[in-house]
Amino acid sequence: MTDAVLDVRGLRIEATVCPPGEQPRDAVLVHDATFRLGKGRVLGLIGESGAGKSTIGLAAMAYGRGEVRITGGQILLNGRDLRAAGPAALRGVRGRQVTYVAQSAAAAFNPAIRLMDQVIEASLRHGLMGRAEAEARAVALFRTLGLPDPETFGRRYPHQVSGGQLQRAMTAMALCPRPGLVVFDEPTTALDVTTQIDVLAAIKTAIRETGVAALYITHDLAVVAQIADEILVLRHGRMVEHGETSRILHAPREAYTRALVAVRRAGGPGRPPAAPILSVEGVTARYPGLRQDVLSDVSVSVAPGRTLAVVGESGSGKSTLARAITGLLPPAQGRIRFAGRDLSPALAGRSLDDRREIQMIYQMADVAMNPRQTVRTIVGRPLELYFGLRGAARDARVQELLDAIELGEGYGDRYPAELSGGQKQRVCIARALAAKPRLILCDEVTSALDPLVADGILRLLADLQAREGVAYMFVTHDLATVRAIADSIAVMHRGRVVRQGAKEAVLSPPFDDYTDLLLKSVPEMRTGWLEAALATRRMGSAGH
Amino acid sequence: MRMPLSAAIGLFMTALFFAAAILAPLIAPYGMAEIVGQVWEPMSRDHWLGTDNIGRDLLTRMIYGGRTTIFVATAATLLSFSLGSFLGFTAAVAGGWVDQVLSRFVDLMMSIPSLIFALVVLSVMPVTLPVLIAVMGLLDATRVFRLSRAVAVDITVMDYVEAARLRGEGRGWIIFREILPNALSPLVAEMGLRFIFMVLFISTLSFLGLGVQPPLADWGAIVKENREGIVYGIPAALVPAVAIAALAISVNLVADWILNRTASLKGGRGD
Amino acid sequence: MTAVHPVVRLLAQRIALGLVLLWAASVLIFVGTEILPGDVAQSILGQAATPQALANLRADMGLDRPPLERYLSWLGGAVRGDLGTALSNGQDIARAMGQRLSNTLFLAFWAAVVAVPLAILLGLVAVRYRGRWPDRLISGVTLATISIPEFLLGYIVIFFLAVEFRLFPSVATIHSGMSLADRLNVIVLPALVLVLTVLGHMMRMTRAAILNVMQSAYIETAELKGLPPFAVIARHAFPNAIAPVVNVVMINLAYLVVGVVVVEVVFVFPGMGQYLVDHVSKRDVPVVQACGLVFATVYIGLNLLADVIAILANPRLRHPK
Repeated sequence: MTDAVLDVRGLRIEATVCPPGEQPRDAVLVHDATFRLGKGRVLGLIGESGAGKSTIGLAAMAYGRGEVRITGGQILLNGRDLRAAGPAALRGVRGRQVTYVAQSAAAAFNPAIRLMDQVIEASLRHGLMGRAEAEARAVALFRTLGLPDPETFGRRYPHQVSGGQLQRAMTAMALCPRPGLVVFDEPTTALDVTTQIDVLAAIKTAIRETGVAALYITHDLAVVAQIADEILVLRHGRMVEHGETSRILHAPREAYTRALVAVRRAGGPGRPPAAPILSVEGVTARYPGLRQDVLSDVSVSVAPGRTLAVVGESGSGKSTLARAITGLLPPAQGRIRFAGRDLSPALAGRSLDDRREIQMIYQMADVAMNPRQTVRTIVGRPLELYFGLRGAARDARVQELLDAIELGEGYGDRYPAELSGGQKQRVCIARALAAKPRLILCDEVTSALDPLVADGILRLLADLQAREGVAYMFVTHDLATVRAIADSIAVMHRGRVVRQGAKEAVLSPPFDDYTDLLLKSVPEMRTGWLEAALATRRMGSAGH
Repeated sequence: MRMPLSAAIGLFMTALFFAAAILAPLIAPYGMAEIVGQVWEPMSRDHWLGTDNIGRDLLTRMIYGGRTTIFVATAATLLSFSLGSFLGFTAAVAGGWVDQVLSRFVDLMMSIPSLIFALVVLSVMPVTLPVLIAVMGLLDATRVFRLSRAVAVDITVMDYVEAARLRGEGRGWIIFREILPNALSPLVAEMGLRFIFMVLFISTLSFLGLGVQPPLADWGAIVKENREGIVYGIPAALVPAVAIAALAISVNLVADWILNRTASLKGGRGD
Repeated sequence: MTAVHPVVRLLAQRIALGLVLLWAASVLIFVGTEILPGDVAQSILGQAATPQALANLRADMGLDRPPLERYLSWLGGAVRGDLGTALSNGQDIARAMGQRLSNTLFLAFWAAVVAVPLAILLGLVAVRYRGRWPDRLISGVTLATISIPEFLLGYIVIFFLAVEFRLFPSVATIHSGMSLADRLNVIVLPALVLVLTVLGHMMRMTRAAILNVMQSAYIETAELKGLPPFAVIARHAFPNAIAPVVNVVMINLAYLVVGVVVVEVVFVFPGMGQYLVDHVSKRDVPVVQACGLVFATVYIGLNLLADVIAILANPRLRHPK
């Protein structure tokens, strides 16, 4: 077959890894990857962290980061084996026939050079066009990608434009030399959901208009469903399944793919409200030394044994609300009532029992546990502090808690570094439960985890709620999580609650403008969603 | 992780120097100030390192000199370390104006090179061992303060420290159970480096004639006593200088190893 | 534009801060010599001094006036270039210091001229061959030079180059009547020792700074554009490495200022360091104060210069949003 841009056969990639406390050893990152990519086609590479998707993406440019080495197979780009090419020949291919869009454009652009010079650099270096022609092409690409003031955009430095704009500029940089193939490495993962949809649409338009082939790497099936013609599912460096996008989404063959597709299930209906255990009333707060309020006049409430989801984008004030409730950031105005009493605004004024009854679980379980303490110490400490449990009684209770979070025997003696990401978050849950709290604040507890692991955590939290009757305040940016777990929802935007109520009511029309935008921006796992979403958005803005 | 060869050699050499310092009166072949031969005798069976500028046994002088150097350096390190890390941790945990006052004062102290500062102060103070130890320890405490404050600030912003505060732990638990165990490795490595610096510092002061005063001598002073010999091709002054370098390199090797071990532990904390 | 450019504002802040620091350092030096426990007059004359002699000396030095008044008149004089007179020989300090300061700067300048490019070059070589033998060799040798006291290096150099092989003079006598070539010949050995003492630190820090830049994501971007290694370094790494490398150089030049004290004593070189050490032994407080102030000024000035260059090299500050 001659029309393949990229033809990968039996690719094997290894790296030297240094696990803590052990001798360095070689590990295989990718086993026997084989796939073909035709002209103008888009292949989505999908998998969890560590699945090898970025490694394969860079291997399409015959590039390995750090200690990564390509040790077997062939990488045919336009029929030529890159593994057989020398360094000079590879330089002739990179930036000319195949280009790269990184996850963090903010880090991938050189801070000392104007955007235009970076965008056209590869085209000039490879002698593909003159400066004037290259600049004209760059401006045209800026326009296609929907960047503001395309004529003058390139005169700016990277730090002078927003994250979403940089990601589009990086796409322009990749497309400028008219390559046959572009590798997109999670280009929208770092963006807020309402920004992501615009960048995604811009990338899709640019791919279509230039007719370039693309490898699109992501962990988000809904994103890849919008942009890819075919999907390759990876796990632990092995290929799981490869097929047309609609086939993978609607008729997955492998159990792992089925689990990935099913992960975004809708939750049950919200349970009816009850007299609140926590009510935040008219809270306004700001960080010391800053003029802007981070929270203005926020009122929310949580019912006993129920879940309130506080949803918003970065900078909306949702995490700050959790800090105000804990007493870490005393509000300037308003009050916080808990179980029928007023809580002291500052942490120092709260009794040990106040502290016991409200527990917190963090986003990064890694840094939420002292690396020098064993799981037994971490989970046992609240038992000592709050209930005076010592020795065997404490250890027995620790084991009960570890059983409750589905961690088996022998984990008590481990240190956090010896646990997987999901296990760490489970230990944090056990530590919170040890206090027998009536409310747990969950700050983005699943957003650092892979979808399947996150799903397991959400299920565990739901089970524990049914058993222990504890209430949750769930801070998150992820609407799929909200749908799965919430009884009631508060939507936050720029420090205010713009909409709140029972789950069904909040998620049903009529919407306020922001909630509407937010809901429409969350990718859905069906092809054609992106176009439909953009169309309704245009209609909406035309109507105003 | 196994101890690499370089660290093992460093540890062995360091232990040897300390043992010689502690056991000096037992192992030194002659008395410290005893004149036993001619001026600058070459190395011989009786005088393994030869004799010095007034005919004392150089090996004996070296052993006693090492005792003085190591004693002064150790005492100054302990002073600078306990003071610097106590104030550094206090500044990090207390924050606010306490931190501001301490940090700005340290900035000021460090705006004058410590050797120059020491010379300025020693021009009016009596040059005795306690004064030397105090001046060196206080000047060097600024560096320990900076490091321990930086390490502690890095740790206090961690969620596990916040979790401990939310839980209702006292300041004692937070400093000794949450912060200190995580700060220990970099601080121990730094202690090695501070010790080396102190050895070089006291040797330099003594070499300049402003440190340990006769009849007591440390390695720097022995260099000074024998420096005239150099121009006649007599290497007696090089012997103590080589000992200083050997001690410094040995401690450095150990400190490097501890630092590397810390770095790899840190790597294991993430994914 | 009505608002002041942030670079100008930052520079003004840094320079003001430098002046405040310098003033505070002058207070510290004054306090360190005159208010500390211990009587200056007593320590100058020794325990055997008669009460009358002590009283006379105190009056001579103005020690009977209140400390604040003495400080202000000292500072006022220093600002006008009047550093007072030496107790030991009654000479004007500013005049005695002039020639010595220029000798020291001459020595430090030539040491820097050799050390700075050499350190940067070795740093680049170490980065280029990271983890391989040239890197290890350079790291090992520099670890050794860091651990060796300046006077050992000095005497090793004298022992071999001056005494055994008689290549250069071991005593660095220098005066204004000498030609440049003669003066350079005289300072070869002291300059060599200074170079060796700062080279280790400077090279290690340069290596770390360049490595830090080379591990940035934008370097990978440049490599993935198919740029040859030289273009990656010259166009993408260099502009971002200027600020950290300049910082390293300045910090080490400040070390050099201190290293000069010992090296001058070893080589009997008539510079500031020798002058300071001599007068510390003589307990000549006005000279010590003046020398301390000059060393602190140079040190603070170099650190300030490093800050200024780092600000000027930062694109975020040069091109604000």
